[in-house]
Amino acid sequence: MNETAAPTAAHSALSAPRRGPAQGGKAVAWMRENLFSSWWSTAVTLALAYLLIRYAASFIDWAFVKAIWSVPTGANGLPDTTSCRDNPGGACWAVIAEKHRFILFGTYPYEEHWRPMLVCCLFVGLYIVSAMRRFWNWRIVPIWLVTLTLIGILMWGGVFGLSYVPQERWGGLPITLILATFGLAFAFPLAILVALGRRSRLPAIKAICVLYVELIRGVPLISLLFMASVMFPLFLPEGMNIDKLLRAQIAIILFAGAYLAEVVRGGLQALPKGQYEAADALGLSYWKKTLLVVLPQALRIVIPPLVNTFIGFFKDTSLVLIIGIFDLLTAGKTAFMEPHWQAFGVEVYVVLGIIYFIFCFAMSKYSAGLEAELNRHRRR
Amino acid sequence: MHPTLRHLTAATAVALGLAAATPAPAQAPAQAPAAAPPANTLDAIRARGTLICGVNTGLAGFALPDSQGVWRGFDVDYCRAVAIALFNDANRVRFVPTTAQVRFTALQSGEVDMLSRNTTWTFSRDTSLGFDFTGINFYDGQGFMVKRSLGVQNARQLDGATICVQPGTTTEQNLADWARGNRINIRPVVIERLEDNIAAYNAGRCDAYTTDVSGLAAIRAVQSNPNDHVILPDVISKEPLGPLVRHGDQRFADLLRWIHFGLVAAEEFGITSQNVQQALASDPRPEVQRLLGRTGDLGRMLGVDNAWMANIIRGLGNYGEIFERNLGPIGLQRGRNALWTQPGGLQYAPPFR
Repeated sequence: MNETAAPTAAHSALSAPRRGPAQGGKAVAWMRENLFSSWWSTAVTLALAYLLIRYAASFIDWAFVKAIWSVPTGANGLPDTTSCRDNPGGACWAVIAEKHRFILFGTYPYEEHWRPMLVCCLFVGLYIVSAMRRFWNWRIVPIWLVTLTLIGILMWGGVFGLSYVPQERWGGLPITLILATFGLAFAFPLAILVALGRRSRLPAIKAICVLYVELIRGVPLISLLFMASVMFPLFLPEGMNIDKLLRAQIAIILFAGAYLAEVVRGGLQALPKGQYEAADALGLSYWKKTLLVVLPQALRIVIPPLVNTFIGFFKDTSLVLIIGIFDLLTAGKTAFMEPHWQAFGVEVYVVLGIIYFIFCFAMSKYSAGLEAELNRHRRR
Repeated sequence: MHPTLRHLTAATAVALGLAAATPAPAQAPAQAPAAAPPANTLDAIRARGTLICGVNTGLAGFALPDSQGVWRGFDVDYCRAVAIALFNDANRVRFVPTTAQVRFTALQSGEVDMLSRNTTWTFSRDTSLGFDFTGINFYDGQGFMVKRSLGVQNARQLDGATICVQPGTTTEQNLADWARGNRINIRPVVIERLEDNIAAYNAGRCDAYTTDVSGLAAIRAVQSNPNDHVILPDVISKEPLGPLVRHGDQRFADLLRWIHFGLVAAEEFGITSQNVQQALASDPRPEVQRLLGRTGDLGRMLGVDNAWMANIIRGLGNYGEIFERNLGPIGLQRGRNALWTQPGGLQYAPPFR
């Protein structure tokens, strides 16, 4: 490699104008530049390419070539998975075909599955609308209120001829979206207040906020969920029961609030002192200063850690499995517990992974775009 | 606005935000811990119109939602039986999935009316935890699975064998106690995950695998050739499972207890979901007539309809039918759960009179 590299460099230095970069095509030039620029880089490229091809090939072999897509129904009316079990080298996608509705919607009444389906669409629509800057004004408030009310009506029913579905029958993707959306929607304003409070000059406010953040951050989410589901009900008066999902939701809001508060505080601290002083000099009140000058700039700075926390929390919602709520992950795990499906957990996990990836990747891509757009003035 | 006022506003806003978001556990000590739920659970269920039953979050054969999201299983059928007795409707029951950690709190706090969740009846649970177990509907216990090719007939022949076991469970302790008590030398191979245990057993790293017999049967049923494996007849620990209610719910406990006995008695009398109608009309045995509510007032003594047992058997079948429907497919034999009239059977119902 070394012998060839040296003459090429000398050659191109001499006859640079005649050897355009287009020679051999853009791709080849790019590869030469990035993948094969030295013997070391070439070795790494080849080693990685070998591993990639090898494992990709065996994955494709498992997932597509040798895969079984459906199984016949056995004599007892249950699916007969013998063909899958005799085929250890290939995936058994029949488990997804059989169980996809359970994975997505859990124990929600089967004939009413269109309702949670519509709820998922409403959530996605809500995310898209909220992401459009055109709606970043007062209009977003009624949009959220109307959508969340619709979601509540669809999930619970009991009005407009919809049958009533108690909360413990909800499950799957809607639970994950509800926990994540409500969790972050409530935690975010709470976090801003706490972050502002932590920088307050009033000792009581500051102490409360510091205490809250440190207490919540000092324990794992799982212990908060246990508190909410195991200890909290014992403290309630006789005959009073707060919904299990609501208790978990409050625990998640409190937990997310503490983490987001520290992220927001980071943004507040990063803002130059001159901004605060300029706002004061203009005679703005505290709230005007905060809302018009401080927060817009502070939040813009912390978009990457905010989204980091958001993505983390979207996945943390799966911890509710320990208190018996059927979120997406729990429903997936339950789906392959029947004896004849027991061997096909990997297929279910692959599908769950894809669903989680779609949501997290969308968040990540959107935040990257938002960051670029909002920080355009900083690029020189 | 005056500067301090401004701060005050900010302070109030923050405080309000916190107050709104924090559930107030501050008043907690004022309440008695483990608050006693409504005095009479039976009346509360009637007023509500549905039974709330705590079940496992997912255990094949006992409680597991099927592809349509409908709960099915042995424990689930016991919940449905109670709903039939109370409302003559197997669907008027809400299933609350409970994990091992939250099940007792869920019952203590009144979140569920009863637990039917493969829970072992132990001394401390029955006394200090404040529950009443209403019977044993499944005699489970720790056993061994070996390969048929090994030629082992009973557990005492496992002297010198390597045995796969999961750590941190009573299973491991039971195994050690049993080996010491019987002066048998065993080499336990402790592997964390169930799947890895099975893999090690299949690869021949251990001669036997040990866990509860119901678990062994479920594992055996999904082996590529179940007949290559034998579950030894010896059971080295007692795991009696049954439904439970809170202390103080005597009438509700009576109902659950006699539903189980009724199911067992029905099997003993040969009454099934198929022939219950015929038996109701023409069976001459006085006890059957009382059980099915044609004579006597047994139902009313329990506070339910006199046709309670007839309805349950029509909807779900007798004990044997419930067992076969749910636990048959995962490969469980009746074993100790056979009627007392069978050799080795323990299921016995007191007389209905």
